[in-house]
Amino acid sequence: MSNGTRVLKALRRSTLQAIPTLGVILVLNFFLLRLAPGDAAEVMAGEQGVATEESMAAMRKLFGLDIPVLDQFVAYINNLLHFSLGYSPRYGMQVEDLIAQRLPGSILLMGVALVFALGIGIFIGTVMARYVGRLPDRILSVVSLVFYSVPGFWIGLMMVVLFSVTLGWLPSGSDQTIGADYSGLEWLWDRVSHLILPALSLSLVFIAIYARLTRASMLESQGQDYVRTAAAKGLSPRAITFRHVLRNALLPVTTMAGLHFGTLLGGAVVVETVFSWPGLGRLAFESIMRRDFNVLLGILLLSSILVMIANVITDLVQAWLDPRIEVR
Amino acid sequence: MATTLLEVENLTVRFPRLAAVQDLSFSVGVGETLAIVGESGSGKSITALALMRLVPPPGRITGGSIRFDGRELTALPDAAMRKVRGAEIAMIFQEPMTSLNPVLTIGRQIGETVRLHEGVSRRIARARAIELLDLVRIPEPHRRVDDYPHQLSGGMRQRVMIAMAVICRPKLLIADEPTTALDVTIQAQVLALLDNLRRELSMGLLLITHDLGIVGQWADRVVVMYASRKVEEGSPDAILDAPWHPYTQGLMAASPRHAGDLHYRRTPLVEIPGSITSAFGETGCPFVPRCALAEARCREVVPPPLSLGDHLVACVRHDPFKEAADVALAG
Ligand SMILES: Nc1ncnc2c1ncn2[C@@H]1O[C@H](COP(=O)(O)OP(=O)(O)OP(=O)(O)O)[C@@H](O)[C@H]1O
Ligand SMILES: [Mg+2]
Repeated sequence: MSNGTRVLKALRRSTLQAIPTLGVILVLNFFLLRLAPGDAAEVMAGEQGVATEESMAAMRKLFGLDIPVLDQFVAYINNLLHFSLGYSPRYGMQVEDLIAQRLPGSILLMGVALVFALGIGIFIGTVMARYVGRLPDRILSVVSLVFYSVPGFWIGLMMVVLFSVTLGWLPSGSDQTIGADYSGLEWLWDRVSHLILPALSLSLVFIAIYARLTRASMLESQGQDYVRTAAAKGLSPRAITFRHVLRNALLPVTTMAGLHFGTLLGGAVVVETVFSWPGLGRLAFESIMRRDFNVLLGILLLSSILVMIANVITDLVQAWLDPRIEVR
Repeated sequence: MATTLLEVENLTVRFPRLAAVQDLSFSVGVGETLAIVGESGSGKSITALALMRLVPPPGRITGGSIRFDGRELTALPDAAMRKVRGAEIAMIFQEPMTSLNPVLTIGRQIGETVRLHEGVSRRIARARAIELLDLVRIPEPHRRVDDYPHQLSGGMRQRVMIAMAVICRPKLLIADEPTTALDVTIQAQVLALLDNLRRELSMGLLLITHDLGIVGQWADRVVVMYASRKVEEGSPDAILDAPWHPYTQGLMAASPRHAGDLHYRRTPLVEIPGSITSAFGETGCPFVPRCALAEARCREVVPPPLSLGDHLVACVRHDPFKEAADVALAG
């Protein structure tokens, strides 16, 4: 079976499996959120400091909170079937429009963080495996242990202190300089410089994980018989590492990266809040505080879909990397 | 004998806690098949790897010389040694199941050797790989070239290993127990294939095995190793019909194909008692702990090799000249 058909088969299987999962997630999210104390009307009333029975009732009616929960659910599903995620009175717009505004920011941040995590992690892991037991390995082991054990947002804050406050090299928040009218390269550097710190703090813990994982699985692959075969062909140590060892060693790393996508989303909530990055994570945080269930449900649903897409991509990468994965 | 291709003298390979090969000397002529036999742990594989300078660390070659085709391999710089591996000396391993990379097609793995040593394009390498698959008699090579190792049987994988090894027409092919992992019917096919290739490509063949049964049919000369040393060397006829060393006699008696022969009735061994590990770290002949004929002087020094004609033995009990005289007197 060729590489192409294997990958296509993997794609079809994963997509079919995703549909029922999505249904279950939807039901669970909807009813779990109703268990949280308070609702949007109470929060708003609290913020305004005055609340009469009548105004509360009016707000609940406006938000659609005055009907029984089951009816709310039916209404929500009905909305979904019409490709609508409902309305957010707080933001005064359709939830899907709100999410569409914030999604690119999050995707950008998470994508760059993932590239950092995999790129830097695999590179460090490869170096550690090449120099196992020697100085580079020892130093990098300690560094990765630190990254692993210290919370990402704390390192993020420390980097803000160092690079933004003390050195003044990089901005400390937002995704671009507000009010600036850059173009061309200037614009690009403005965006990139805003991205570096949040993406790094989001990826540090994953860099550490992938580095250690790559190191371990490279060491395991290095002892395999096919590595000896490659050496007997006359390949240089470098060619052996890149052509024979690394590809086998990457299999467990891609599995892990796929599983970590959900964790990465969770991390994005914290990092976006710390760096006031306009993304879904911060939106989720705000809507929890405001009991803005429609927004929250929309974000949760979208996150589930993102995680599933990530799983599909993981499956595809695996099927592509490992010919032994036979797709049923 | 044909001109010498490989000449090994007093080769010694040490690991921190043991010597895997000691004082080993042998030679392989152009187009000749030399068999190295010995039971598990006697140092056969380490010898083979030493010839390729691929002894796994912390093991290393600590003495002796390996002269190959006019060069001293032990003194060659790493880069020059890499040019020898795969191109001039190639090796086939014992485990066809794990010796191929599971994530690369066999075509790429076979072609990799020519691409490396002859710098040909990917397309030509692929064409050569198909040619070689055909040469090692894999059916439908055009289709098989894109297969992954897990799609092939053990026998086919060993053929792929062989194709990979001979694609650059090496002068010497080392086959380390090429058939041990295969079932009997396939063993004979693979050995016949190796023998054909040896003739067609006029390679020297170093055939490592622990099966004395295949030696008579395929080898020109035989070296018997025991506990890191050579204990006997000779033509297959001499080794099979009239072994001198008690260990070789024991091996013969333990080999099902020869156990019935009358020759070995005089040896009290059916199964060689003890195990090879008991031999390390002692003085004197390494076989003493398991030898039924051992006497006091056997424990004093490692017996020096003695030879008569091209038959050589390292056993103090066995003076070839005395034996020859006995035979002459009896006859
Ligand atoms: N990596 C290693 N580290 C330490 N000792 C080793 C290593 N590899 C081999 N040895 C030792 O070297 C000796 C010779 O091993 P070798 O693999 O050459 O045996 P062999 O004759 O090929 O046996 P087999 O028939 O089982 O393949 C053995 O005592 C073995 O324990
Ligand atoms: Mg061996």
